[in-house]
Amino acid sequence: MAERSFKREVEKLRLGDGAVFRGEGILAVTKALLQAGVAYVAGYQGAPISHLMDVLTDANDILQELGVHFEHSASEATAAATLAASVHYPLRGAVTFKSTVGTNVASDALANLASGGVTGGALVVVGEDYGEGSSIMQERSHAFAMKSQMWLLDPRPNLPSIVRAVEQGFALSEASHTPVMLELRIRACHVHGRFAAKDNVRPRFTLADARENPVRDASRIVLPPASYLHEREKVEQRWPRAQRFIAEQALNEWCAADAQDFGIILQGGMYNTTARSLELLSLADAFGNSRVPLYILNVTYPLVDDEILRFCAGKRAVLLIEEGQPDFLEQNLHAILRRAGLAARVHGKDLLAGAGEYTAAVLIQGIVKFVELYAPRLLDRERFPSIARAPETRPAAVAAVDAQVHARPPSFCTGCPERPIFTAMKLVERELGQHHVSCDIGCHLFSILPPFNIGATTMGYGLGWAGAAAFHAPAGGKRALAFMGDGGFWHNGLTSGVGNAVFNQSDSVLVVVDNSYTAATGGQDILSSQGGNPRRTTRLAIADAVRGVGVKWVRTITRTYDVAAMRDTLKAALTSPERGPKVIVAQSECALNQQRRVEPLERRQREQGKRVVRERFGVDADTCTGDHSCIRLSGCPSLTIAPNPDPLRTDPVAAVLDSCIGCGLCGEVAHAAILCPSFYRADVITNPSAWDRFTARAAHVWIAFLQRRSDRRLARALAAAGHGA
Amino acid sequence: MAPRAITVAILAMGGEGGGVLADWIVSLAESAGYYAQTTSVPGVAQRTGSTIYYLELFPEAAVRAAGQEPVLALMPVPGELDIVVASELMEAGRAIQRGFVTQDRTTLIASTHRVYSMTEKTAAGDGRVDSQALLEAGNAAAKRFVCRDFARIAGEAASVISAALFGALAASEALPFSREQFEQAIHGGGVGVASSLRAFAAGFAAVSREGATPVVGGARQPGPFPLDLAARIERDFPPASHSILLAGIARLADYQDALYAARYLDRLTAIRDADAQYGAGGYPLLRETGRYLALWMSYEDAIRVADLKTRGARFERVRREAGAGPKHVLRIHDFVYPRVGELADILPAPLGRWLLATAWARRPVEWFTRRGRVIRTTSLSGFLRLYVLAGLRRWRRRSLRFARENRKIEEWLALISALAPEDYALAREVAECPRLLKGYGDTHSRGGRDFDALMGALPRLRRLDDPAGRLRKLREAALGDDSGGMLAEALRQVTA
Repeated sequence: MAERSFKREVEKLRLGDGAVFRGEGILAVTKALLQAGVAYVAGYQGAPISHLMDVLTDANDILQELGVHFEHSASEATAAATLAASVHYPLRGAVTFKSTVGTNVASDALANLASGGVTGGALVVVGEDYGEGSSIMQERSHAFAMKSQMWLLDPRPNLPSIVRAVEQGFALSEASHTPVMLELRIRACHVHGRFAAKDNVRPRFTLADARENPVRDASRIVLPPASYLHEREKVEQRWPRAQRFIAEQALNEWCAADAQDFGIILQGGMYNTTARSLELLSLADAFGNSRVPLYILNVTYPLVDDEILRFCAGKRAVLLIEEGQPDFLEQNLHAILRRAGLAARVHGKDLLAGAGEYTAAVLIQGIVKFVELYAPRLLDRERFPSIARAPETRPAAVAAVDAQVHARPPSFCTGCPERPIFTAMKLVERELGQHHVSCDIGCHLFSILPPFNIGATTMGYGLGWAGAAAFHAPAGGKRALAFMGDGGFWHNGLTSGVGNAVFNQSDSVLVVVDNSYTAATGGQDILSSQGGNPRRTTRLAIADAVRGVGVKWVRTITRTYDVAAMRDTLKAALTSPERGPKVIVAQSECALNQQRRVEPLERRQREQGKRVVRERFGVDADTCTGDHSCIRLSGCPSLTIAPNPDPLRTDPVAAVLDSCIGCGLCGEVAHAAILCPSFYRADVITNPSAWDRFTARAAHVWIAFLQRRSDRRLARALAAAGHGA
Repeated sequence: MAPRAITVAILAMGGEGGGVLADWIVSLAESAGYYAQTTSVPGVAQRTGSTIYYLELFPEAAVRAAGQEPVLALMPVPGELDIVVASELMEAGRAIQRGFVTQDRTTLIASTHRVYSMTEKTAAGDGRVDSQALLEAGNAAAKRFVCRDFARIAGEAASVISAALFGALAASEALPFSREQFEQAIHGGGVGVASSLRAFAAGFAAVSREGATPVVGGARQPGPFPLDLAARIERDFPPASHSILLAGIARLADYQDALYAARYLDRLTAIRDADAQYGAGGYPLLRETGRYLALWMSYEDAIRVADLKTRGARFERVRREAGAGPKHVLRIHDFVYPRVGELADILPAPLGRWLLATAWARRPVEWFTRRGRVIRTTSLSGFLRLYVLAGLRRWRRRSLRFARENRKIEEWLALISALAPEDYALAREVAECPRLLKGYGDTHSRGGRDFDALMGALPRLRRLDDPAGRLRKLREAALGDDSGGMLAEALRQVTA
């Protein structure tokens, strides 16, 4: 069950001819796939295409009506291999994953697919997680397209262009027998816009047709001598066919091509930022009508030599807007122009930034430099936007914000069950000192940030234990510790980490964070999810799988919030005299998903008059001395600070916000770390039973009597001061 | 003038409803004849990190006139924003820092409440940034700065901050849409409509009312204090010290009794005289000594904790904080972990010393206190246990801890008095050192060790230049981290 539900939005997938679709980019891609007659879709979730998987999950009924098969692949490699269905059969298939991390995992299958080529259209939708807010290494999918010779679409980031790219992508794939990658940048995936819908199309050739009438053709299999033939085929047949198709179908776009003797060549994905930059420099209007010639590459691989030469002919220079590095397109452009003997100068990374996201600020400054070189008269400095002007000195009051603004890196959510694991680890460190910690990919990686500061490396999804492989401890030596999420575990960690450690008789410790979902990608189900799922097999235990590949020392913690148990188990694993690989499975449900599941249920129960207990933690400000140890061991968003109500104390006190979900960690930490008596848990019982009311009232009578007695004593103490002083 | 898009940036933290606010604006604009585009970069940032939602709105009339669709940008350009909405004050600061807020065109709508950053929260002392500076930056940077505590406004309407901010946006008239059109967008959203409309109206009203920039923070009032001692402060102590000394006697009368509060004033007379003679006016030495003496004399022992936990006013406060109404049953569970040292502390001094020194007597107590306990203070048995403990107050003056603290207090006061004539600045720094004495259990012992280390370093410091400055640096180092590493390093530098 994913974090976000698209139940309402998927109804838009039924829109037909003449209707206007309004919605998110990723939903538009789904609609475009159905309009293109896709027969099967697979993928692995991860920002920015998680929602594509979630939309397809929620659209199951519509997919079944159309006879479309949809799978949650075990990994991106699985997803890419699924495209094998399009090798021999005229089946249109699409897979999707996060790039470049997913493309890395998929590259073996993609390379095999690209070598033999395809019969049916094969589309790989990659969510390019690049730039501000990205969570991965900054690389380009472009390299994968080049190395395997798959074609790469990078459409303008508006819904009509993206939808057109999906349709054209299938057609290009079929025309050139080559798989096609469709690259969508993170903002394009989440953009809300509109396009004119078309009717959905049932696949003409179905998976059943293929199953019932199997076909094989050894020349499509990567084995000598076919593999040598594939390489020639790519260069001699598929490449020219692709270039011809791109030119004939006008996939790339032109704007004011002959208006000046210089121009700009850009990736389609960079179009909107470029257009806005030109608008702000008074070189274009709000509708994209540019006074500077533009050649827009909706296909960034392969380049069409003839089109390039046509655009550059008679131009003194071109500026290439190519985001990311290495500068593959720039090198390619140089080669095409020089081979043809054209004199046009090529600018690119010399005027734009060498690395990093191409924001409007970067583009504006680069375009100003470029136009200044070739037509300074076009620039009206009086009307320049402030970003293009020399930086003014900010007023002191404005400059003062720099000292008042802190970074806000992501962190564990309120009530997250992973937090107590690292709290326990902090307590273990106090006793046993620091250990080498190898991390994985997932929410648990937030442990590397304050307040925990735990973890030295992360080598990829599911590779947490593999990243500690070299640190095999000799007898009596300090053991290395690895973390892995349940998502990474099923993705490949079971073999690359656990199997590897067993086979190599590694003496180190793995903690599998088992929160029932691939939480970091939006809470999708996996094999060990605890919720029932009518269309997927779940509820398989990680501990069974670990034992199944031969680990002997396995401990399961069924409630991670039990910090003392967690601490003791970690200590046992790190100090046990027993040799060999050790695995701790730390289980508790992702709090975000748990709340999403439980909250509506409890609301209904409250409305029906049923007894509901809400637990929430609090801090007594008058016993809190404001040293914030509790926060340094937790970092919960709901555990914060507040001005000290005591007029004598200046340091803020700890405080619990109303967003507290009563996970219990505050109390467990107060006990396990022997912190302070300021924490309390308040149980608020809605619709209390008669017994609840009776016991509460009985106690209250006595308690109120004693409290009045205390108050009187205090009043006497104040009045009697005259005698004392 | 050529048509151009209206640009809007929303800065929020994950889970604050920035996306809902963006969606409302989109549906508002689309129903009012505008093209609307919104984008965001959620990714992992949705897990409590800062997120920017960016919107562009473009009139359909201009599209029809041009016969072409507009090209809308996917990211904000510094200096080119018409409206910036910040869900929190530091996020407003971030918008200003990134150049999104400019005097020629930006309406900045910000909530003045604070969601503290991890850096602010984990500081051992006070790591909070200066809210006033953020407010002044807003006034200096924006064309119009609309700031209210929209979190409180939303809370009072039992709704979410996004709805209150949407109301503020409507009231600011920065968008060419009517209030009815705004409200229609909330209706269209279909979730929590009634409460959202309430918060919307409250946000709208708060902005429509003319009001000055709110002042952050407020004066804190001490509790009731013995009147004759108050008169004595009035008579015998300089006005600059009154507020702190009044708070001091209120605290100590509450902690022990009026006699104890009187003793507090007795102890301060020597400091007052020293300050009058060697200080430069304003009595900072008396004030800081008065502050920390009151806190030290009311050290947190098990008696004090039990006393505070059992009070009627506390039950009422918890009821309020937990949002329990008259129809709810409230149960309060307190997390306590008394250890043998803390139990010995409240025993009569000889008995306490004997217990600590006698293994066979200590062992069963240790076994009994090996785990933390959860006491249900709203049950009679739980309450009585704490109530009886609180009653030990009347014997506190004879307890082991009282003797220990008393001795250290006297040493500290004597040191201040002795230093004041020779080095007034250093005496002031020494007066502030008990700030390290806080927390319970291990935290408290560490603070005690740090305090002793600072006092131990004094003779060495006095042989160097600027001993006061050096002592302050040592104190800050001790508060800087709880592993003691920074203090050890700072001490090494001092001796080097």
